[in-house]
Formats: sequence, C-alpha cells, structure tokens
Amino acid sequence: MAKEGIGAAVRRREDSRFLTGQGHYVDDFNRPGQLYAYIRRSDRPHARIRGIDVSAARNAPGVVAVYTGEDLAADGVGGLPCGWQIHNKDGSPMAEPPHPVLALGKVRHIGDPIAVVIAESKAQAKDAAELIAIDFEDLPAVADVRAATAPGAPRVHDDVPGNVCYDWHIGDLAAVEAAFARAKHVVRLDLVNNRLIPNAMEPRAALAECDVTGNYTLYTTSQNPHVIRLLMGAFVLHLPEHRLRVVAPDVGGGFGSKIYHYAEEAIVTWAAGKLRRPVKWTAERSESFISDAQGRDHVSHAELALDEEGNFLALRVSTLANLGAYLSTFAPSVPTYLYATLLAGVYKTPAIYAEVKAVFTNTVPVDAYRGAGRPEAAYLLERLVDVAAMETGIDRIALRRKNFIPPEAFPYQTPVALQYDSGNYEMTLREALKAADYEGFEARRAEARRRGKLRGIGISTYLEACGIAPSKVVGQLGARAGLYEVATIRVHPTGSVTVYTGAHSHGQGHETTFAQIVADHLGVPYEQVEIVHGDTAQVPFGMGTYGSRSLAVGGSAMVKAMDKIIAKGKKIAAYLLEASAEDIEFADGVFRVAGTDKTKTLGEIAFAAYVPHNYPIEELEPGLEETAFYDPKNFTFPGGCHVCEVEIDPETGVTRVVNFVAVDDVGRVINPLIVEGQVQGGVAQGIGQALLEHAVYDANGQLLSGSFMDYTMPRADNLPSITVGTESTMCTHNPLGAKGCGEVGAIGSPPAVINAIVDALKEFGVKHVDMPATPEKIWSIIEAHRPRLAAE
Amino acid sequence: MPQVSLKVNGKKVTVEVEPRTLLVELLREKLGLTGTHIGCDTSQCGACTVHLNGDSVKSCTMLAVQAEGAEVLTIEGLARPDGTLHPMQEMFREHHALQCGYCTPGMVMSAIDLVNKHPEGLTEEQIREGLEGNLCRCTGYHNIVKAIAAAWEIMHGKKAARAA
Repeated sequence: MAKEGIGAAVRRREDSRFLTGQGHYVDDFNRPGQLYAYIRRSDRPHARIRGIDVSAARNAPGVVAVYTGEDLAADGVGGLPCGWQIHNKDGSPMAEPPHPVLALGKVRHIGDPIAVVIAESKAQAKDAAELIAIDFEDLPAVADVRAATAPGAPRVHDDVPGNVCYDWHIGDLAAVEAAFARAKHVVRLDLVNNRLIPNAMEPRAALAECDVTGNYTLYTTSQNPHVIRLLMGAFVLHLPEHRLRVVAPDVGGGFGSKIYHYAEEAIVTWAAGKLRRPVKWTAERSESFISDAQGRDHVSHAELALDEEGNFLALRVSTLANLGAYLSTFAPSVPTYLYATLLAGVYKTPAIYAEVKAVFTNTVPVDAYRGAGRPEAAYLLERLVDVAAMETGIDRIALRRKNFIPPEAFPYQTPVALQYDSGNYEMTLREALKAADYEGFEARRAEARRRGKLRGIGISTYLEACGIAPSKVVGQLGARAGLYEVATIRVHPTGSVTVYTGAHSHGQGHETTFAQIVADHLGVPYEQVEIVHGDTAQVPFGMGTYGSRSLAVGGSAMVKAMDKIIAKGKKIAAYLLEASAEDIEFADGVFRVAGTDKTKTLGEIAFAAYVPHNYPIEELEPGLEETAFYDPKNFTFPGGCHVCEVEIDPETGVTRVVNFVAVDDVGRVINPLIVEGQVQGGVAQGIGQALLEHAVYDANGQLLSGSFMDYTMPRADNLPSITVGTESTMCTHNPLGAKGCGEVGAIGSPPAVINAIVDALKEFGVKHVDMPATPEKIWSIIEAHRPRLAAE
Repeated sequence: MPQVSLKVNGKKVTVEVEPRTLLVELLREKLGLTGTHIGCDTSQCGACTVHLNGDSVKSCTMLAVQAEGAEVLTIEGLARPDGTLHPMQEMFREHHALQCGYCTPGMVMSAIDLVNKHPEGLTEEQIREGLEGNLCRCTGYHNIVKAIAAAWEIMHGKKAARAA
C-alpha cells in the first residue's frame, strides 16, 4: 500500500483551512453593492391570506424592494418542483399540489415564506419585514399524521381529499396472508419513528448576483449544485444553464437537509436579476427550524409470522408517513423505495407486504435526513425481532442467526425488489459481540443492580441500501432524473492531476480521500492531485452527494475516467516506445513494454500529449483529459451490527449510554480515519434520535421545539466513546468494491439503543418504548410499575 | 453611531457600529474575520466562541460596544505568524476532530480555554462537560475529546508538539 494510497489513514488536507478560519462558507462571501434579503414567514400553521400591505415596509429606511408571491407569479416564476413521482395502489399518480416559492393565497405551515424584504443592511431588512401587515383568516390545522387521515380532518390542500398524497404498496399480499394463516407465532408491534430536525451547524444561505450581460451566479449551501441549477433554471426561473452558475463552496454539514431546492435560492436569484445587485440571504437558526426539510415521522404497525422453530415466515407492515405541508424535492421516495424495500433487512423472510400512506399535514415539509427511510426500516425490523424473541422465548441472538441470509446465498433476491450482492452478517455480529464483551454482560448488570441502576444491552443487525442508483431502475420507480455520477480527470502537461467531481464534500473529506484514490490508481504523488467540486462552471455535471453515494458512484466515475486516461496513455506510450498498445502495461505511474525495461512515466506521456511534436497526431487527439459518466449497476448494501449498553437511573429516568460498539461492512475502506469519523457521527445522530431529539408540534401545528433550547441536540456529555470496527466484504459491481459509510451509524444505532433500554426494563414487563426515550418517559414507566413490584 | 476601540488578534482597531451590533457581527462584517461562525440565535451552539481578555466567550452574546478596550483573540490569530499551528489546532487535525469545519473555530477556542484553566489535568468526563456549550453535528465529539486530551499533554509540557 502506498503511503497515501487506498487504505491509508491520511490526515485531511482540508483541515488546514478549517482550523485557521480560512474556510469559505456561503455567508463568508460578500459582493460589492450587496443587498440583504429577509423573509417574512407565516406564524400561522394554516390560514388564508386575505391581503398583504407592504407599503410601510417599502418606505422603511434602507429598503430597496418588497416582493410577495403575487409579484413572482406575475413574472412567471414557477413553483418548486418535486423530483420523484410515486403511483398509488390503483396505478394513478400521487397528488402533487403546487409549492409556490412565496405563498399564494394560503399559508400551510409555520415558517411558510410569504414576502421578502430586500434592503441595504440585514437589520434594515429585518426591521422592515415587521412592518408588513398581513390580513390572515385562520383555518383549522392538523399536524399529527393520524389525525390528518381521520374523517373530517382539515384539508391542507383543497384538492387533496383526506390529505393523502399517495397510498402505495409493495410485495405479495396473498403470499403473506397465507403464511400468517399457518404461522405458529404472530408478533405485533406499533411504533413511531420520531420526527427529527437535521440541524447542520451551518444555517442555510444563498447569495446571488446577475452581471450586466444577464449571467447569474448563485452561491448556495447545497449538497448538489448541478441539481439546483437544473431544477431552479428549468422549472422555477426559466434560466438556461449556460447563463446560470451555481457554486456550493465549503458547506457546513448537510445530512440530507441541503439536497433540496429551496425557495430562498430562487428568491435571491430572481431578485438579483430584477435589481441588478447582489442579494444575500442567511438563515437564522430559528428559521432553520421552520424552513429546512425535516426527517422521519412515521407511524407504523408491523406483524411478523414465525413457525415453531422461530423461522420468519412473513412480514406485514402498514405505515403512515408525514410529508408535511408540501412535497420537498425527493420526499415521495423516502417512505417508499428507500424504506419498504429494506424490510427484508438481513433476514431471509420469504414473504413481505408493506403499504404506505403518505400524508400532508400543516407542518414543515419532510424529506431525506441521514439514512432516509432506511433508519425507519431498520428500526421497525430490529425492534420487531427483539419483540419476537421476547414473545417466543427464543434468544434474540439465536433468533437472528437462524434467520440470517447466509454468506453463500449471495447474490440474494429479496421479496421487496432489491438484490443484495454481498455480505456476511454472522461476521459483523460475531465481531461486535466480542468487542462489546456481550458474554460478560450479566455480571455488569448485576454489578449495576448493586448500585441501584438498571443496566441493559441491545443489538441491531441492520442493513441498508445506498449508492443510489441505477438510472434505469430508479426511472421505473419514479425518479425524474438519472442518478449516475460524473468525473473529469485532467492530467496536466507535467503530470500533476486535477479531478473535477460531481460529488460534493460538506464534511466528508473528499479532497483527501479522492486524492488517495487517484494517487493509488495513477501512481501520481498524493500532493500532486487536486480535487475540485461544488462549482457548475468547473465540473461538467454531477448529481451530488447523498445516500452514501460519493465513493461508490462518484469514486467509480473517477476510476472509469482514469481507466480512459490509462488506455490513451498506453497508445501514446506504444507510439513513443515503438511497440504495440496491447503490449504496454501500466503500473505505479509507469507505462512499460511488457517484459522489457522500456518505460515512459505518466508525466512523460502527458508532456508528449500536450507538446505533440513526437505523437501519433493522425490517430490520437492531443491532450490528456477524460470525462466519465458512471451509472451504478445496483445499489450497494452496507450492513453490520451495533451493540449498545445503557444504564438507567430509576430515580430520575435518565438513560446513559455506557458503551457503544459498531462493526460495519462498508466495503472497501479508502481512509479508515474518515470511515471511523463518519460512523461515530452517524451513531451520535442515532443516539440523539433514540434518546433526545424530537420535533414536537402541538395539535394545531405550532412547532414547540423550535430552538436549540427546546430541541435537544446531542452534546458531548450526552454521548459515550464509540468503538468502531469494520469487517468488510467487497461490493461486487463497482470497481472500488466500495459500499458507503455515511449513513450506517444513523441507521444501525437507534434500534440498538431502544433494544438496550427495553432489556434494562425487562423486569417491568415493558415491550416497547417509543423514541425519544426521555427521562420523563422512562421514569413514568418505572413509576407505573413500582406498586406492582412493591406488592410482589 | 458609537465608536468602539479594541485589540483584535494583537492589532488595534477602531470601528463605528450601530448600538445593536453584536461582537460577532463586528468581527465578521466590519473586520472581515469570517473564521468566527454563527450557528444559532440563542447562544447555544458556541460556533462564535472567541477569547475576550483570555476567557472564552460566545461573541453572539455580547454587544460590540461592550468589548471597548478589550483584547479579542479569534481563530485567525491562533497560529504563529510563520504558520505553525497552535497545539490544539494540530491535535484537531491529527485526531480527525473536525468534518465540515463549521463548529471547529468555536470548538478550538473553547477547548484552549478549557485546557488553560485545568493545569492539574482533565478527565474525559471533564472534557465532555467542558464542551457543554459547543455543538458539533458531524463528529459525535469522540475525536474532539481525544484531540483535547492530546493537546492538554502538549500545552502543559507533558509531551512535545510534533516537530514542525
């Protein structure tokens, strides 16, 4: 292995700027003559707008313009598009109500944007926004997904009856019903997957300018600048691509929430064109809470049928998914193809049926958040398996092992559409149990008991699908775009390399890991490789970073482009070395005539390609630069085992995670340091979901957890040290063998935590605790059982 | 408009500000020191942490005029003029204690103050409690805790900084 090649724990090159305050995030950019936008948002969950009086705001000091939805509509500005169409059980398309950039006629959630004030200073814009007088007629609102589907519930969109966006299903219902009819055991569980707020530390921001020739530049906090250019250019503002440059510079975390095309991007770009001055908008955190797409929010009923020996016969799931007030960019895909297709998990359950009703409510839109659908599936399944163990009396590890898809069964076709290429679930289970000293647990439980504490251990053996995805397949499933990735490799005349990648780094460290791949593959010194991303003016195209796809899909595009470089290099070398191209080998940056000492370095080949004095100019173009589009052949399937150990103080109900072990199969590891960091961060978010985080709306749609004082973000003293291990099998269908590691932590951990809590509370006969398992919830459970315990 | 005079990263500055201007806005907007970040509006996240007369403070929680006559140190003023990183910066890099980098400046400034104030030693628990005022969404804090423990050793002379 080269010192800085694949597999090396290279320290990140991006750190030198981030550690010295030299990072360049969107809010750090300022353009001459810049104006500031402030958005007046709805403080009503559901209301008709009878009138908007902006005259006082227009006359306020420093104000340059005030615009409402009517102004944008009059100028032909379109609504925000949805990128995925789901079809109902009966084959009809989902309801797709309009999503105006600024509200038209009605507001549908707290935070719905109504008007924008643009002024010389941020403070002036904010002051003036207060002066906008809005005549609201309040309407009944609904926030809870169950309440929204009840008869007579208020309608979020007038033309969407029952608030149902779609009623979708997957799987073989007849086979499932037959299996349930002959089952020895049927296990049932109702569970809620709590709504979360992603809260990347950098609030969203957008800065747009339009030059004198009508060319636009938008700097935005995005995980996928080309997608924003495409959606905003083609559907919202009708600007052609060649006149619209979108830059996503350093971005301070995304976790999914910065995938989507948001109203503010369109507002500042449109206003910059109208005013011919740069316009900047930066969210305050309070705005992030009511305008960033939120995550999860499922209510499910699940049933598992087992035979006498504990073999899983069939799984039946019914889920209500809260989509919020409007369809965010990729929202429809999350509770369907990113969720129900994962319900086989790591088990050979022969029959599965799932139905999902996606529902509009008067809440902030919901879309993908770290894991997106897959955490919901893993949580449901891994909780259900534990309940099955409890109710059948079969040991929970033995029950899992009995039902694992064995290593020799790959490729494995599940009953819910996916075909897994590789995996070894026994291996990750075994290693995780060993690292967590599972065998020694009962002694620790007894020791804790002597201290008056309740100790529990829980595991999850989870699986996810990522590296989205074969374009043809996702097209059939409703995606309105292809999901390939793009890379350009430019070998400069003296042999150094610039890579232009369509993936985007917002914490993942691509500038380091991608350079490692190139150094390894082309045999170029690591220092001589530069990674460029996040700018539509530099990178040819790209679908961006989400769903743990950067390495598996973006990395594969790089390998494909490098292979083209090598193929061309071989032809040039053959010419220079007077050999046949078939006889040229390439390794470690050197082209060699096989079996001889006749060689040319990549640098020499590049020089000959750019200074083609001695060059096969008739057959071969000069230059050494290649672009590749890589379309994945399948999803990738990372998985593994997480073990969580908790200690509960029965006096306070406080749960402390005392040990956490994650052993994951992420395929090829490029940089172990970065993989560990990704897993640790994901686990922190998963523990956050299980114990702390909850976006709470009251029945009328008021967000009660709308700041960091109310929404409990995990802090350093809420979390344990996290032991991370990798036990990888290689992905069989991409050239790197990579599966992805960005989401495993957030997917595997929540069920491990709740399984540990239920284990700690087992003497109370507790079957399930909904997330987040707050001290109040745990304390109430313990208190409710105290009289019974006292009586015994 | 009121004037405020202070020393920032060793340099004297005098700036006119609106009375409502926060210290963080003075740093970012008037002085162009954009390394100090804003992550919230309730003084919860600590992304804006700087040193004021040697103590870490959240620069979103005080008015610029309150900094009259003060000495402010920001992330930009931490490395030596020759580019040598402060041991805390170096250990953050070494232990992969940052991902997106947004919380990092505030985290580093808080961590330095924490280590400075505990020459007697810092347990993992004390480090975790000491980071109560700083949110990170990327790392799960695991590597930040490791980096701070390692920097303590260097800052209190128990171990030499890596030869530059």
